[in-house]
This record gives sequence, structure tokens and C-alpha cells, in this order.
Amino acid sequence: MASPPPPVKLLGTFASLPVHRAEAALRIKGVPYELILEDLKNKSELLLTHNPVHKKVPVLLHGDRAVCESLVILEYIDEAFDGPPLLPADPYDRATARFWAHFIDTKCSRPIWLSVWAEGDRQREALREVKQNLALLEAQLEGKRFFGGDSIGYLDLAACGLAHWIGVIAESGGVSLDTLMSDAEFPNLRRWAAEYVSDEAVRLCLPDRDRLLAYHMANVDKNKERAKSM
Amino acid sequence: MAGEQQQPETELVLLDFWVSPFGQRCRIALAEKGLPYEYSEQDLLGAKSDLLLRSNPVHKKVPVLLHAGRPVCESLAILAYLDEAFPDAAGPALLPSAADPYARARARFWAAYSDRVYEAGTRLWKLKGGEARAKLQARAEIVEVLGNLDAELGEKEFFGGEVFGLVDVALVPFVPWLPSYERYGEFSVEETAPRLAAWARRCAERESVARSLHPPEKVDEFITLLKKVYGIE
Repeated sequence: MASPPPPVKLLGTFASLPVHRAEAALRIKGVPYELILEDLKNKSELLLTHNPVHKKVPVLLHGDRAVCESLVILEYIDEAFDGPPLLPADPYDRATARFWAHFIDTKCSRPIWLSVWAEGDRQREALREVKQNLALLEAQLEGKRFFGGDSIGYLDLAACGLAHWIGVIAESGGVSLDTLMSDAEFPNLRRWAAEYVSDEAVRLCLPDRDRLLAYHMANVDKNKERAKSM
Repeated sequence: MAGEQQQPETELVLLDFWVSPFGQRCRIALAEKGLPYEYSEQDLLGAKSDLLLRSNPVHKKVPVLLHAGRPVCESLAILAYLDEAFPDAAGPALLPSAADPYARARARFWAAYSDRVYEAGTRLWKLKGGEARAKLQARAEIVEVLGNLDAELGEKEFFGGEVFGLVDVALVPFVPWLPSYERYGEFSVEETAPRLAAWARRCAERESVARSLHPPEKVDEFITLLKKVYGIE
């Protein structure tokens, strides 16, 4: 008789966007897993042992393997498990998806944060940059239901912040989502966001919106300070 | 291999800048794979070419790989693309085989991590004299990063084991920058990461590396030039 498949565990935290990317990927692939919640103020031996370099979540544990960094985890999940593919098959499309995921990871968060928490000219400049970034992603969605085509894929997971977190962060700072990402200027992104958050697999591992909002609102002063040093 | 006659549908052009370590990653990969391509030097300190601006409108940076006219941007995405689009290339794959997704994940992790050498190193020479605390932080970071890389390499010949692979290609272009970082940061790679130092010497013997990298003196001259351009004392 074949031995049972090695257990899959995901080290994560409630509000974390990168953790959601990994969880959603596991659900899309139909991989059973155990979510282990970490207290980042008191990191577990498990976390420190398996991510000694960054000491961050998410960490995917698959048997005795530990995979770190959410985008690396997404590619691992795609390659190690059967199920619907997360990345497109064509090498050029794969390169394009990786390019935009890297763009989202490196260019998008800071201006969004500053457009909510900075003041005066800095805030205005950040908002301009947010809209420039969103315009690029809006164009990538032209004629497509999801970045991945007909179903959610690697780039949709990479972009999940624009489907769920951006509205919460904006609201926690007293800014309307329409200021950053209006329906009129970004109809594709708004439509995509609504589809993303209501997807069967994704829905079950998205942090509850009210709870996420409360989490961000509890840190208003810290958020403003962070914006000053960014 | 550069300049060899190519078929239009397989034509490869690399938009690059002579001293760019990110461009050198691509040059080394193309050489290791035995793939002919046209090297196109870009003027980054002057006016950027129309071709560059059209090919990488988002970042306006090198390297850009044009394959039959279609642009691929971001050095690590280019390396993965070369593996995937040219599976029958003369040279070996950069990534471990599809039969070993865990080894592939580890390679991707450490290849991305290698960028930290350049990020921390750049802060070392870009910070002005008065920013002592930030400089100490940058020094601490680069020492930690090199230590982590040294530990990951361990006693292996290459990061890829016996194979000169993705992580080796991703990291080796930063080697000529290290003597400058050592000077600006007042630390020693030989002391901090002795196995990495030995690895760097081994890699320098590979033809693809020797042909693609510039000597540390040239890199140091370039850093001095950039400091003038940025108005850093």
C-alpha cells in the first residue's frame, strides 16, 4: 500500500497578504493543508528554524521541505502538486506574469501606503504614482476575466492586494477606495477585484474584511510614522 | 556567439549596459547555453534609445531580451525564460529539473536573495559622509547577506552543486563590485565569507564569466563616476 502523502502546513498570520497568496494557491490546487498561525512578536521555533534568513511568513512546509517567499511558494505549489495550473504554459506568457508579479511586489505597496498615510505634496505625488501603476495593470486585464485568463492564476494571486487590501487600507486612513482606484478610471480592475474576492477557493481564505479593517485602524499612529520614514 | 547570423524567428537581441551586473547575468546565461545573440549597448547616462523605451516602458531599464522582437524584462525573468524557451539549447538548464520542484524553489529563493548584495552594497557607496548610522546598517546588512550566501554554498563547488546554475549566474556579476564594497564598508569578504571568496575565484575561470565581467578597477571607476553624477562627496 502506498504511503500517505507528506503533510502540508502553512505558517502564516491573519492579516498577511503574502500568506493569503500561498493559501489561495493551495486551495485552487485542492491540496489539503494545516494553517499554523504565528505571533510575529513571539516567533516560534518552527518559523525561526524554517525561515532563518528572513524570519517571515508565509513558510510552506511540505513533509521535511521548507519553502519561503510567497512568489517562490506559488511556483513550488504549481510544480509539486497536480491540479489546475497557476502559471500559463507558454514561456513568453510565463515571463510576462513573472514580470508583473515582480512589479507589484516592488513598486506598488509603497505609493499605496503613502497615498493614504502621507501628507500634502508627498501624498499627492504618491497618488499620482498609484494611478500610473494601476493604469498599467488595468491594461493587462483588457479583454480578460482574470490576469490568468479564464481562471485565477499566479498573477491574480500576486495582485490580490488590489482586490481586497487596498480598500481596507484606504478606509482605515479615511480615504475612499474611489480616490485610489475608481470604477470610472479602472473598470477592469474593479470588476476583476469583485470576481476575485467572490471566487469559491479564494473566498474561504481571505481575511474577514471587518476584522482586517479593525486591525489596520488599531495601528493608525504607527502607520503615519511608517509613512514618514518611507 | 554575439553577431552570428540568426534566423528571424529565433533572433535574440540583448539591450544592455556594459557594467550592468543584471545584464551580465543574461550575457553569462546566453554564453553558457551557447545561444547566439546581438549585444546592443544602451546609453543610460545620456538619452535612452527609442528601442529601450518601447521595449521596457514600465522601468526604462536594462537588461531587456528581445526574442523575435518581443521584449522580456527583469534579469531573473529573462534567465527563467531562456531555460523555458530554449530547452534544446547546447548548454544545460540553469534551474534543476522539473522532477525536483524543491531544488527549483531553493534556487529561485537564493537567486532573488542575491539581489541583496547589490542593494546593500549600493547603499554603502551612495550614502554621504554624514550618514554614519545608515552606513553602519548597510555594512551590517551586506556582511549578513554574504554570510548567509557563504553558509548556503557550504562545501559545494557551485550553488547548483556540480552544475553552474541559476544562483551562480545570478550572483557572480556582483563579484567585481565586492572590492569597492569592502573599501566603502570597511569589511573583508575573505573573512566574512571565505567559501564564497573561493567560489568567486572558481567562477572567474569559466569562459562565460571571464568574457562577461569587467575587472574590479573598472567597476570602481564607474562607481566614482556615479558619485560625481549624483553629487556625493
